[in-house]
Order: sequence, then C-alpha cells, then structure tokens
Amino acid sequence: MSAPAPSMFSPAASAMLQHLGLKKGRANLEEFADTLQVLAAADRNIIAVTSDSRGSGKLAPFGKALPKQIVEVGIAEQNLVGVTAGLAACGKKAFGVSPSCFLTARSLEQIKNDVCYSNVPAVLVGISSGVSYGALGSTHHSLHDLAVLRAINNVTIIVPADNFETREAIRFAAKATRPVFVRFGKAAMFDVTPAGAVFEAGKAITIRKGTDVAFIANGETVVHAVLAAEHLAAAGISARVLSLHTVKPLDTAAILAAGRECRAVITVEEHMVAGGVGEAVASTLLQAGLAPRFKMIGFPDEDTVTGAQADLFRHYGIGMEGLSATAVSLLK
Amino acid sequence: MTDRDLVLKSFALRRRMLRLIYDAGAGHTGGGLSCLDILNVLYGRVLNITPATVADPLRDRYVQSKGHCVEALYAVMSDRGYFPDADLDTVCHYQSYYVGHPTRKIRGMEMNTGALGHGLPICLGMALAAKMDGATNRVFTLLGDGELAEGSNWEAAMAAAHHKLDNLVAILDHNTLQITGHTRDVMSNEPLDEKWRAFGWEVRMVDGHDYAALTAALTTPPPAGKPLFILANTLKGKGVSFMENVGKWHHGVPSDAELAQALAELTAAEQKYREAAA
Repeated sequence: MSAPAPSMFSPAASAMLQHLGLKKGRANLEEFADTLQVLAAADRNIIAVTSDSRGSGKLAPFGKALPKQIVEVGIAEQNLVGVTAGLAACGKKAFGVSPSCFLTARSLEQIKNDVCYSNVPAVLVGISSGVSYGALGSTHHSLHDLAVLRAINNVTIIVPADNFETREAIRFAAKATRPVFVRFGKAAMFDVTPAGAVFEAGKAITIRKGTDVAFIANGETVVHAVLAAEHLAAAGISARVLSLHTVKPLDTAAILAAGRECRAVITVEEHMVAGGVGEAVASTLLQAGLAPRFKMIGFPDEDTVTGAQADLFRHYGIGMEGLSATAVSLLK
Repeated sequence: MTDRDLVLKSFALRRRMLRLIYDAGAGHTGGGLSCLDILNVLYGRVLNITPATVADPLRDRYVQSKGHCVEALYAVMSDRGYFPDADLDTVCHYQSYYVGHPTRKIRGMEMNTGALGHGLPICLGMALAAKMDGATNRVFTLLGDGELAEGSNWEAAMAAAHHKLDNLVAILDHNTLQITGHTRDVMSNEPLDEKWRAFGWEVRMVDGHDYAALTAALTTPPPAGKPLFILANTLKGKGVSFMENVGKWHHGVPSDAELAQALAELTAAEQKYREAAA
C-alpha cells in the first residue's frame, strides 16, 4: 500500500481550522475551470488555448461543452502564447492555460513581446503554480514566475487565495482590456475571505485586523497566515492578515498602513523570496521611509528539498507553527 | 495598379528606405531591399486593407515576423497613406513613436515584432480567430531565412496544418544570408520546400522580385485546408550594386558617398525601366 499523502496541516493546525470554522472549498484550479466555462457559455468570444493541458487544467468538461471555443496547440508553449496573443488581437478573449512552470519560462519572450509589449487583452493562466507539483521537482515548480513577470511592463498579476478570489479574478480577467496573468495551485483551499468582502484587482483584502504584526500573504499561503494569527491571539499578539492577491499593481496604501500600524511585517509567499512579494513589499515600505521589523517567508536561493507541497511548506516555515514562531521572534 | 506601376514605385520606395536609414543612422538595409518588392505587392494589390479600414475586424492582417526590416515597411505604408512621409524623419529619434521595429503605436501595424520566431504563432491565432468568426479575411506573415532556426516557427507550422488554416500565408524572404553570413554556413535549413510540404503546407516557389509571379502566388487560393508557404527567392541588397548579396549590409548605414551612389543607381535603373517598358 502506498504511503498516505502528507497533510498540509498539523493536528494543531487542523484543530484551529475547525475552531475558526473555516469551510473547505475545492481546488482553485477547479473553480477557475468552472468559472471560465460559465463565462464562455455566455460569450462565444471567450476561447481557451491549451498545450496538452486540457486535463491538467480541468478543462475537459469545457472542451466537451464548448468544442468550438477551445484550441489545442500541442506541447508547444511558445506557440500557445503566440496563438493566444493573435486571438486576443482579433477580438477574442483568449485564455492561454498551461502549468505556470512552463508557461512563464519556456514562453517568457512571447509573454513579454506578443502579449505585454503588444498590449493585447490576453489572459495567461499559470496552473499548478508554486510547488503544487511537489516531489516532481524543480522542473515543475514555478518559484520564479512572479519575479519575471513583475519585471515586465503592462501585466496585471493575480495570485488568488481561495475559491472566491479565484472566481473573481477570472471574471475580472475576462473583462480586462490589458494583459492579465493569474496563477494558482491545485490543492483544495479553505474559504478565508470574510463575508461581504469585495474583490478588486489591485486592492488587498483584509482578512483579519491586528496591530502587532501584519502577515502580508497571497495564494495558497494565506490560510496558514490566518491560522497563525489566531494562534498568536492566544498568546496576546494581535496579527493582521492581508491577502495581497494582486502582485501588480501593488496596493501600496494597504502595505503602508500595515507598516505604520503594526510593529512587524511578515510576507509569506509560495515563491522565491528573490523578486517576489516580499521584496515588493519591502521596497514599498522603505521608499515611504517605513522600517518596521520585517521578515520574508518563502523559498530561499537554494536547491529546493524534495517533498510534497505540504512537506515543502513545513520545511520552509509556511504553516501555523512556523509563521507563529517567526512572529514571536520578530516581536521580541 | 499594373505591374509596371508597382515596379516603377519600387525604385522610389527603395530610395525612400535608404534615405530613411541614412537619416535614422541605423537600419537593416540588405534585408529591407530584399523584401521590399514583396511588401509593395502585398500593400499594392493583395491585402484588403486601407488606411481607412485599419480597425475593420474583417481586414486582412499582415504581421512582419522579420521585424528588423521595418524600414522597408515604413516606406511602403507611408506611400500607401497610413502615416505622413514626414513622420519617417523621426525614425529611431528620441521620443519618436517610430521604433527600429514594428509597433502597434503606428497606424496599421498589427503587432509588435522584432524578436524572431514570433510572427507565425501570432498569425496562427489571428487565422483561427477568422475561422471561428466564419470570416474570409486572410493572414500574412513575412519570415526571414535566419529566423527559421527558431523552434517556435516549427511549432506553429505543425499547428497550422493540424488546424487546416488555409487562410494563413507565410512568405519567406529567401535571400539566403543572415547576420553572420550564408544561412547554409550558420545553420543550414534546406530543403525548405520539402520541409514545409512535409509539415502539411502548400508550397509555392517564386522569384521574390517578379511582380506577376508574386501576385499569382499570393492571390491564388491554396487547396482547401492547407496553409500556404511562399518561398520567395530574393537578393539581399537588391537594386544597389555594392549592397547586393553582401553580408555586411545586413545592417549598415550608407556614407554620404554610398547613399549618393545608391540613389543614383536606383534612379538610373528607373529611367532604364521606363524606357524599356515604354
């Protein structure tokens, strides 16, 4: 019998999920695929482009229901992005869908020139991003994607935390008139967005208020920051949690407010700390003359250890216990 | 316009292109001269686009994959009225919209190109969009010899036949030279006709400076379901004796004396053509 998959949550973290009453949703990948299909059923100009990624993108039902609105290019990511750009230049709302590791590395020049520089309203969807593929190794990790795209002009970058943010990000992207990149993983996500919250590209969502430490996180790391915040509350530490779902353009107002109102800021991301959200937040704070105690949690500049996504999160301190310990030591 | 009208125009276009490169202080001279006749035919009588229809969804699309030869395109499009000739005095100048490669900031330009191996995948998307809409417009791209080493071309070549895009036309400016020297020495790519045929394309080989042959190849529809590859045999530096088939003119700015000689040669050739055709 094969070994059970490692859990993303320690027993204590699982208990905390229950304590907080966080509802388990589905994978953001599934939410994306269903949202896109609903939108496409109502708009024949919405086209999905895949590079043998129909299955991994959960788009097989889309392909069955709307066969004229899906284009297959084979395992050819450069062509995937060029075709997506060409469709977008001709009035189609084209979504190029491929694992983020390939999409943002193999076809980076097409993203830079055909989409961003040419300014066509294409949407690029990086699926199974970060370390979603876990033990498949670094070929399949995208820990560089935000860094490279942050360095390219004219693209909105969105990393949704939960099903709500994913759904809203895809709806936003379908209406956008400029390039959009959205990346997410394939693990089931907990609903972390507070009731009544509004999604707006470029505006962070405050998931929890607090004044001692601010966790500025995005994507699949956000739930761990939420758990850490509740864990810290028991120790008398007040933790703010922001879902910084839009990496570009940055919500500088929310970042500066966190820097002014909290003694410490901790960024959390499923990405290399080099060039990622942490550095974006740090530069925003520093340029405004703010220097709170500061720590960037993410993947360091080293060979990533082998393991499932859950193993890697734990190893690099992305979990309730790890984030809580970081906050406590930072506030000492 | 008759073949004669277009050929006569080509002398003036070549002169304009050379003056533009001289004024800009930069430019891709040899390749511009080799593809100029193809562009003259495309914009003169093939593409169903005019300055008034640059936003018409049903217009033909032209994307210049070998974007570095933008000076020839600037000369041709300016002549067709897409933008004033005076604009070309600003090419490559500080804060000019006229960059050393095509950009969509210029009226009538479809995409920003310049990195090689990008035009064909983009045109594939454009041709797919036309098919989805049941439109009859066609999509054209111009490729260079050297850029065929980019694998993205072959990804798109495979996909174009797979998707039966008979509204897609790829034209190769086959001057057989690239920046380092002869393509056969840098990275041999022959036999190109057999390669494209094997990828499922209709292949036509023409003299890329023969207006009647170019026109026939570009306007005769390919067999249903087949994308069209036009292998246009051209001469790099065509029309200027000391530039013809000389690698160093891949990009090169003529000196005062070289410009004067080039312009004089083209004017003499125009005069000779007028007399011969009269």
